Amino acid sequence: MKKHYLVVAASIALAGAVSATAFAGGPVDEELVIDGEIQMTTRTAAPEGHPLDEVISGWHYRTKETRALEADTFENPAMLGVEDGEQIWNTVEGTEGKSCASCHGDASESMAGVGAHFPKWDADSGRPINIELQINKCREERMGAEPYAFDKGGQKPLTAYIKHQSLGEPVSLDLAEGDMQSWWDKGKELYYTRFGQLNLSCSNCHEDHNGEYIRADHLSQGQVNGFPTYRLKQAALVSVHNRFRGCIRDTRAEYPAAFSDELMALEVYVTWRGTGLSVETPAVRQ
Amino acid sequence: MAAVKPRVKGPKSASAGEVITIKTLISHPMESGQRKDNDGNAIPRQIINKFTCEFNGQMVFSCDIDPAVSANPYLEFTAKVNEAGSFKFTWVDDDGSVYTDEKEIALK
Amino acid sequence: MTITRRSMLTLSVGAAIGVVAGVRSGPAAASAEDAMAKVMEFAGGSEPATGTITLDAPEIAENGNTVPISVSVESPMTDGDYVESVAIFADGNPSPEVITFNFTPMSGEASATTRMRLAKTQNVIAVAKTSTGQVFMDKKEVKVTIGGCGG
Repeated sequence: MKKHYLVVAASIALAGAVSATAFAGGPVDEELVIDGEIQMTTRTAAPEGHPLDEVISGWHYRTKETRALEADTFENPAMLGVEDGEQIWNTVEGTEGKSCASCHGDASESMAGVGAHFPKWDADSGRPINIELQINKCREERMGAEPYAFDKGGQKPLTAYIKHQSLGEPVSLDLAEGDMQSWWDKGKELYYTRFGQLNLSCSNCHEDHNGEYIRADHLSQGQVNGFPTYRLKQAALVSVHNRFRGCIRDTRAEYPAAFSDELMALEVYVTWRGTGLSVETPAVRQ
Repeated sequence: MAAVKPRVKGPKSASAGEVITIKTLISHPMESGQRKDNDGNAIPRQIINKFTCEFNGQMVFSCDIDPAVSANPYLEFTAKVNEAGSFKFTWVDDDGSVYTDEKEIALK
Repeated sequence: MTITRRSMLTLSVGAAIGVVAGVRSGPAAASAEDAMAKVMEFAGGSEPATGTITLDAPEIAENGNTVPISVSVESPMTDGDYVESVAIFADGNPSPEVITFNFTPMSGEASATTRMRLAKTQNVIAVAKTSTGQVFMDKKEVKVTIGGCGG
């Protein structure tokens, strides 16, 4: 009984907070051009079947100071992580005496555009695979190296380095591959499922109320085109599964494991929701 | 902590007497000494406490840095270039480590 | 899918109690008086004048961890008259000192930018001292926002 009471109270409090601050201005009308050269697509028409008319990068919801950090690759502190990733790319590890570069050569050529199309179907494991899991697959099968534990070792910087090679490329997933469609379906179901004591689904904040404020936080559409992303809060690169878990935790729910079926399905669906946005990795957020 | 890595950005050449802008960034957690670990023990302070920029051996700009400066300290400042030469940048860590970088500049 | 809304609810109760019960106690903040004492110490007894120095800081900082600030002082920056140093203080942090920029005539201009930490909404103060003994001060209030549900 007490449990139900808590849930109701929290929901009311939240509903009040959202409506009381509905004066919010929504996304800013600015353009993101990286280093004055790379024109980024940060707003675009939503793909067919999308609940929103327009998909909008989280960049538009941040203050001008935060937006400026991302627009300059020197000032962007996440580029330190990307540079670490480049070093890892060229470092030999494991029993086979190989680095990433031993097979894939120059990442600026071999990885150009690649990161814009993950998660992809992995026939071997019969599930979708993201860049982090693809790196682990290479480490185990080609390099004879230990797979990285979630968010450990070189996982974040190497993922950021690989995805950065697709900077500006539009996100697109091939849902016709393997069983991707059914994972998309599962991800969609999760996106709309209310979790935790706050009784919130992803859609409550990021679909119904994006552009408004939750306390002092300007809610975005929750797009993932800039991950791994530098969050000012952590002053470090943050992986997409870490952010998923953080959001679910903040609803006061227990969160699924990184790379679990639940979060892989959610990654497939949420990535699709950003179809057409440029890869911004590494983005900078609050 | 990953290796501490300084980055410097400035023009490769300038006209005599020109004031140029220099940007620097160094990877460093800037542990403030105010935080506690999961067991409640204070995490000791470890920051970059000093930065200097010299040109051909002469001091151009320096800073004394306190723990209120953000992780991965970013500094942007100017320098007047009267001759071709070499900038030397130095960061000093609480633990005594010194990190340096150099940049050559030519006259237009 | 093995996780249902009901199981999420049940599992999260314990965690939520922890959140409610956990009281955050941070280090004591510097007071405005402490910060002004530091300003006067830096000024070496001179009463700081307004103008000549400009401190740029955001009105609202999205996160107190990384707040960009810039300072610039009008000065000929000659051997006979230049800005020696600019100190930045914050009057609501655990201690008021932030950074001191030391210039020389070779700096060309007395301007610098960095990124600083702000523990909460507070004043950021910039004080400049010139080689001719003049002292100038500027002050900006920066509102530090708390995040969404996660804080």
